[in-house]
Amino acid sequence: MRKKMLKVTASSLLLPALFTGSVLAQENTLAEKEPNVFYGLQMEELEYRYSDTDKELGVWNGDAFIGTDELKFRWITEGEYVLEERAFETLENQFVLQKPLWDFFDIKAGVRFDTPEGPNRTYGLIGLAGLAPYWFEVDTNFYVSEKGDTSFDVDIEYELLLTNYLILTPSADIDVAFSSDEEAGVGSGLSSTELGARLSYDLIDRAFSPYVGVVYERLYGKTEDFANEHGEDADGWFLTVGAKLLF
Amino acid sequence: MLAPAFALGDVYDISVDRVTINTGEFEKEGIGYNGSSPGPVLRFKEGEDVTINVTNNLDEPTSIHWHGLILPFQMDGVPDISFVGIAPGETFTYEFPIVQTGTFWFHSHTGFQEPNGAYGAIVIEPEGREPFRYDRDYVVQLTDQHPHSGDRIMRNLKMMPDYYNRQQQTVGDFFEDVADEGFQAALADRMAWGDMRMMSSDVEDVQGFTALINGEGPEQNWTGLFKPGERIRLRFINSSAMTYFDIRIPGLEMTVVQADGNNVQPVKVGEFRIAVAETFDVIVQPKEDRAYTIFAESMGRSGYARGTLAPRQNMVAEVPELREPPELTMADMSGMPGMDHSNMEGMDHSNMKGMDHSNTEGMDHSNMKGMDHSNMEGMDHSNMGQGMSADSAGPSDPFYAEGSGLTPEAFNGGKFLSYADLRAQNPLYEDREPTREIELRLTGNMERYIWSINGVKYEDADPIRLQYGERVRFKLVNETMMSHPMHLHGMWSILDVGAGKWNPIKHTVSVAPGTTVYMETEVDAEGQWAFHCHLSYHADAGMFRKVVVEGGPGDEGWSEPTSAAQASTVKGSDS
Repeated sequence: MRKKMLKVTASSLLLPALFTGSVLAQENTLAEKEPNVFYGLQMEELEYRYSDTDKELGVWNGDAFIGTDELKFRWITEGEYVLEERAFETLENQFVLQKPLWDFFDIKAGVRFDTPEGPNRTYGLIGLAGLAPYWFEVDTNFYVSEKGDTSFDVDIEYELLLTNYLILTPSADIDVAFSSDEEAGVGSGLSSTELGARLSYDLIDRAFSPYVGVVYERLYGKTEDFANEHGEDADGWFLTVGAKLLF
Repeated sequence: MLAPAFALGDVYDISVDRVTINTGEFEKEGIGYNGSSPGPVLRFKEGEDVTINVTNNLDEPTSIHWHGLILPFQMDGVPDISFVGIAPGETFTYEFPIVQTGTFWFHSHTGFQEPNGAYGAIVIEPEGREPFRYDRDYVVQLTDQHPHSGDRIMRNLKMMPDYYNRQQQTVGDFFEDVADEGFQAALADRMAWGDMRMMSSDVEDVQGFTALINGEGPEQNWTGLFKPGERIRLRFINSSAMTYFDIRIPGLEMTVVQADGNNVQPVKVGEFRIAVAETFDVIVQPKEDRAYTIFAESMGRSGYARGTLAPRQNMVAEVPELREPPELTMADMSGMPGMDHSNMEGMDHSNMKGMDHSNTEGMDHSNMKGMDHSNMEGMDHSNMGQGMSADSAGPSDPFYAEGSGLTPEAFNGGKFLSYADLRAQNPLYEDREPTREIELRLTGNMERYIWSINGVKYEDADPIRLQYGERVRFKLVNETMMSHPMHLHGMWSILDVGAGKWNPIKHTVSVAPGTTVYMETEVDAEGQWAFHCHLSYHADAGMFRKVVVEGGPGDEGWSEPTSAAQASTVKGSDS
């Protein structure tokens, strides 16, 4: 009986404090262990980018989570802010629930809101995130937009330890659309890639790791055409300076 | 105390306080007893009834568990199992008879108060004589203080399981291996580990601590005084949160006389490993008028505790260098289910780094890596006796997987204590057949920092139910890549070293990766007890069980303690 009640407590993971102390103490019996609730904040990228065409961007990519081993709520945020124009080139927020699926992979489901300078979009998403063999960090999602357009992306990252503190992290982000969303500037097929390499140094534990790096962005196919029509570059090199944060 | 022998024994008062811990390398806020960490050394006498008033001066609940003491379960001090804990501002009175002798310790069983400093030592003098002679007696309590709080460490491990591991293999290490073994072999090794998403460097999952002896860091240099020729009893207690230590005193042979508070037949060693929560008492006899360093390297060589034995204050002896960090081998993975080596593609066994082929089939001693036969002089084979298989020529140890990267070697080529060397001085229990066997697999997922037993975390697990009067044989199978010091509360663990009735009794049994260890328990204490890995963060992450002993003499019976029942137990017990 008691066990059952605690299971309910466990699933209401965002409000565990309301249950544990008061209810069980009044019952005057010995509680069994509550699931641990953890939280964290991570900025994988928080950086200034300077392009080969003198464009300056502020870019971030991070997430915050709270939850147990069994279920986490995660807010994932990323965006590119054009400094001169004071405008968000991209601004993307995801709110997902994440559950272990296999030993090394989680399944995620939730919503994504794109609210850049252009048209807004809302997507439903389902994704996988985890550690592939040979230590590749993989994060991949499938999206359905409010307009019915479907797409997927995959991010892959690898940490190469030059020393135990100096770390080179190559990364690749690939976006593929299954249909065109011209208004949002996305054409069907392979739409964009971003390749990066960042050299970081763990200055304060793993909580603050400044880095320098290079990023190469490229658009393809119709997405490239849409960009050209708006007078934007289809590809570009960036130098970047920033820091990884982990709290 | 003027109390006559038949009345109550001593009354002890302990306050639980916020304290500042200064390791010599950093200062931090921690938790201590009577204003300091470690707390006081409690000296009990066998046969007395102790009364201990514990006053909680924290703004959070606390508890004290008397590690290794045999006592009524309501006095065991584990919140949610033996009692409800001690609320802020409350005083809880522990009362129990002292029915044993030896070296023990006490610590908080609440949250991460223990890693934060809430521990102290217990010394229990026997009613009669000790079976060995000594002139001086020092407690040597080893701890591992970390600049981060326990909560923060756990959170960091959950976000990034290798957060504290700064001994991972680098690009440079790879090229060194290429130079040593050739490109293909080095690559095959990396591929084998990468395929499993595991790391050969996962020996210590929390590094970056300062190791202390009696609260003093390596620079502060705790010193015990002696007169040359005296016999000194050193009561080593490992009260660390996460750190195993390999202990030696260069220039002195140590005679191990007690393990986990129980006398053992003396074993002379050059070095011994002490798992978290274990105690070992050794006797040394320094004859020269000089200082000797007590050097306790962490098993992963990421830190060391250092103290000094000296004829006068402020003398120092040379402090050795840390040895190279060990690396796990595929042998340490051999306990993992589904690890069928024959299926491992791309794995060239002949080239595998750290794979000691001499220990597999071929027995080719010429290949024995790290084994310098020239250093084996001075090795006393008579002491190596029993636990070793007769046909084994080399110093293989049944408590480590064959070819394990963790198999200890004595620095000076002398004897390294093995569990297999331990023999009870006086068997506490009649040797009898176990009534049943319970298999407990030690399991985990390093990447998620989840630790469990039989694949189930504590919060999801049913208790282990034992019947009063039975003798249970526990089969502990370590399927993880880390060592786990398993601690059963309230009853002794008779460690099977193959010596029958001379098997030693312990409260904490370390199970190395890839090994299976058996221990038996005479189920002679009713109530509810804890059984768990004593690595603080493994226990919290789920490698923990409640043990319920049913059918005892008081079975009309004991009920689960509540705060009300607890008060009456305490008051009623001595009326």
